[in-house]
Amino acid sequence: MAEDQTLFTYLLRLADDHLILSQRLGELCGYGPTLEEDLALTNISLDLMGQARALYAYAGEVEGKGRNEDQLAFLRYERDYLNALITELPNGDFAQTIVRQFFVAAFMVPFWREMERSSDETLRAIAAKASKEVAYHLRHTSEWVIRLGDGTDESHARMEEALDALVMYTGELFETDEVTEAALRAGYAVDPKSLAHEWQQTVDSVLREATLTLPESGHMQTGGRNGLHTEHLGHVLSELQYMQRTYPGLNW
Amino acid sequence: MGDVADIKQQSGEGIRKAAWQAAAAVPDPEIPVVTVEDLGILRLVDLDAEGRVVAHVTPTYSGCPATQLIQEMVLEALQTAGFEDARVETVLSPAWTTDWISEAGRQKLKEYGIAPPEKTSNSKRALFGETLVQCPHCGAAETERVSEFGSTPCKALYRCLTCREPFDYFKCL
Repeated sequence: MAEDQTLFTYLLRLADDHLILSQRLGELCGYGPTLEEDLALTNISLDLMGQARALYAYAGEVEGKGRNEDQLAFLRYERDYLNALITELPNGDFAQTIVRQFFVAAFMVPFWREMERSSDETLRAIAAKASKEVAYHLRHTSEWVIRLGDGTDESHARMEEALDALVMYTGELFETDEVTEAALRAGYAVDPKSLAHEWQQTVDSVLREATLTLPESGHMQTGGRNGLHTEHLGHVLSELQYMQRTYPGLNW
Repeated sequence: MGDVADIKQQSGEGIRKAAWQAAAAVPDPEIPVVTVEDLGILRLVDLDAEGRVVAHVTPTYSGCPATQLIQEMVLEALQTAGFEDARVETVLSPAWTTDWISEAGRQKLKEYGIAPPEKTSNSKRALFGETLVQCPHCGAAETERVSEFGSTPCKALYRCLTCREPFDYFKCL
């Protein structure tokens, strides 16, 4: 794979993670359990959207075919999306929304911190901002994990169900393949395997305080990085891309 | 073209200064008491090789919906000031931090009822990840955080335990 193509794919995977998760959280706008939480989830969604925009804009530049952030976000087909599967899973109940966000934030905190040492200047700049923002996301979701896990019997049980349902999607975050390895050799990437220990520690310590335990993870589901998605992504994209597909070139 | 560039080059300093003044006065669309200069968002106003004005603007928060509007407002201010062929460029690096908010900007935020970002805190609570925020209304130090996320991505929602008023806190970044 040519060097530019590797960087493009690497950026696209990262951008898709952020866009799809942002879209999922955006679905909750107006439905949050309390006004403060409604604002919080939408704020996190906005942060992710901003990070996605910066990544898509840069990816478009690297690709050099004149595609901008909008075209990359709105005019690609399902199989061309390279996000990790966990980001496209439905919001479920509030426990599921929180656990999904917590798993991802616990990964993104060390990821962006390491990315601040990337050999790529633009990635460093995006990382410098993102790493401060995800620190808020992790703190916020950790507080909810503790409150719900160490809450009522009902909230505790629902958190356990959410952990059971989502744990099989966490392995994909730490996978490497020929794209990641080429990107690592080029010096701008972060080795996800090197973040596994810190992720595990963060998750364990928060879950301990929440009187929850991470279920044994047997089979780990994978495929997103190569465009093989769950049945949920198509539905996310139909909402996300509706306006642009119906009214091509539409601007706000 | 060469002649035009030469003329502009001669008074480059004057053009830069006038363009800076025009751009610097643009208010933040969400907090209109502070300008892009107060916030440190306007990084540089320079001339390119053709002598056109280029304003360098940096985004605050990745997801700030005002970023694009600010760029358009800066461009409009420059055009109104007579720099018709001006353009605005986004600079990502180094990343903006709340430390760049000027002293004047911090004072204006406070008077507007928004607690400015706390640079450092010598409170022991800071060790546990808590930020000690002063109430912008009555000045009391006893406040509590209601929500990490407030009316915009850059703000958190606080409440004063002395005067009981809720207020926004401009989060540190």
